[in-house]
Amino acid sequence: MKILVPVKRVIDYNVKPRVKADGTGVDLANVKMSMNPFDEIAVEEAIRLKEKGVATEIVAVSIGVAKAQETLRTSLAMGADRAILVQTDDEVEPLGVAKLLAKIVEEEQPGLVILGKQAIDDDSNQTGQMLAALLGWGQGTFASKVEVAGDTVNVTREVDGGLETVGLKTPAIITTDLRLNEPRYASLPNIMKAKSKPLATKTPADYGVDISPRLETLKVSEPPKRSAGVKVADVDELVAKLKALGVAA
Amino acid sequence: MTKTLVWVEHEGGALKDATLSAVTAASKLGEVHLIVAGKGVDGVAAEAAKIAGVGKVHVADDAAFDHALAENVAPLIVDLMGSHDAFVAPATSNGKNIAPRVAALLDVMQISDILSVESEDTFTRPTYAGNAIATVKTKDAKKVITVRGTAFEKAAKEGGSGAVEAVSSTGDKGLSSFVGAEIAKLERPELTSAKIIVSGGRALKDGPTFEELIMPLADKLGAAVGASRAAVDAGYVPNDYQVGQTGKIVAPEVYVAVGISGAIQHLAGMKDSKTIIAINKDEDAPIFQVADIGLVGDLFKVVPELTGKL
Repeated sequence: MKILVPVKRVIDYNVKPRVKADGTGVDLANVKMSMNPFDEIAVEEAIRLKEKGVATEIVAVSIGVAKAQETLRTSLAMGADRAILVQTDDEVEPLGVAKLLAKIVEEEQPGLVILGKQAIDDDSNQTGQMLAALLGWGQGTFASKVEVAGDTVNVTREVDGGLETVGLKTPAIITTDLRLNEPRYASLPNIMKAKSKPLATKTPADYGVDISPRLETLKVSEPPKRSAGVKVADVDELVAKLKALGVAA
Repeated sequence: MTKTLVWVEHEGGALKDATLSAVTAASKLGEVHLIVAGKGVDGVAAEAAKIAGVGKVHVADDAAFDHALAENVAPLIVDLMGSHDAFVAPATSNGKNIAPRVAALLDVMQISDILSVESEDTFTRPTYAGNAIATVKTKDAKKVITVRGTAFEKAAKEGGSGAVEAVSSTGDKGLSSFVGAEIAKLERPELTSAKIIVSGGRALKDGPTFEELIMPLADKLGAAVGASRAAVDAGYVPNDYQVGQTGKIVAPEVYVAVGISGAIQHLAGMKDSKTIIAINKDEDAPIFQVADIGLVGDLFKVVPELTGKL
């Protein structure tokens, strides 16, 4: 089967984001950008399914600015076969992304779509579920284990109390959690090879989808700062503090 | 007046506390109705009807809703949204799984993990691992919202007298099935509702050491036990102990971080705790920037001493 893997270019997870002084958003100028960590796990899982002979082709998709090409090249260097960039300078919300992806799914007819469970910039955790809804497919969210057997896929999910396994009829949607796998690094020869893999560039208009935003961001602010704390010298002093807080007798 | 439908989170025939925070958030929008979906949920419905401020309790009792499979539950909620203006779910794993599916079926954008209700259509929510708070206004006619439990008071469990009403099942969509579950057993308070949490990091060395140092301290304090991702990945404790951007979001009265450096992904899950106490041998660890009380020291000496003196 073919596997479609949507990837997002986001601020690198090690960077501490700075809120702009005018409250319009987070300052992304000259900030290191990378592939969303959950999406790396999605690409890795697709590659592992190909290595097991389950998948025949892996198509990576990204929606965003021209520079999202770099993110797609990274997925090609990891092992994806080809890529599609839906290029736009507008910010596209999860609902819009899901609608564009639904059109691409119609064209590409994959057996599985593997997405990250959330992007670490907007922290929405919506796109996979929305895509499943639009396609009328089953969804295996927050996956920590994926097993494909014939026309079903068993997905073990990380839920609040522990783990839960669901069986889905393919085609289906999977969203990855951190423990699904350890993504590989792209080797230099593979990075070179990735440069000649096909990358098609499209626009949202090509898909005839209305992606105008439904949410208006009125303001972005810093979270309330915590006041400076004190350091205690030893355990006795800590015990006294705990007693003062009423948590120790 | 806005009629809001709230997802009732339940397990083993009992209502879960996460529901109560969602009710409080929903009550800021208008009239609160509840949806209880599952198999054999009469007890949960009766419990739900007593929550203060609740109007109607819709009950969908059908095997198709057992285990809250999103493929089966979402169409049920979409049906009920014909007579409601908003759907509110706690940001639990069920809420996060179901609500976006409902939103897409209604063709609306979901507002995830809200921290406050500013007005009927305006909400605040955390982005960038809690490093930026966005105020967003929705243009959608119907709203779909998930609620961060620690940001809202819990509604009182008694005092309400909601009318319980059965709704007809939308049936099994045949897209998915429940195969099995492996639920971690907890003899201590539940992480997301605990007043005190003792959390351990990678510095604990291994599972037995974690057990030996963290558990007795937690028991002395009557605390729940949490962990950083590093401790979970290293296999010291199961993943449902994880506090952070990708784990659980907690805001207890007291959070004791032992051997945790304080990466931004971990802070995202606990920096709204009332008092943060850090024990770490590295005095430059970022955790000390958010800690109210810090003790620089070797946890292998400090923790047993602390446990002994409590």
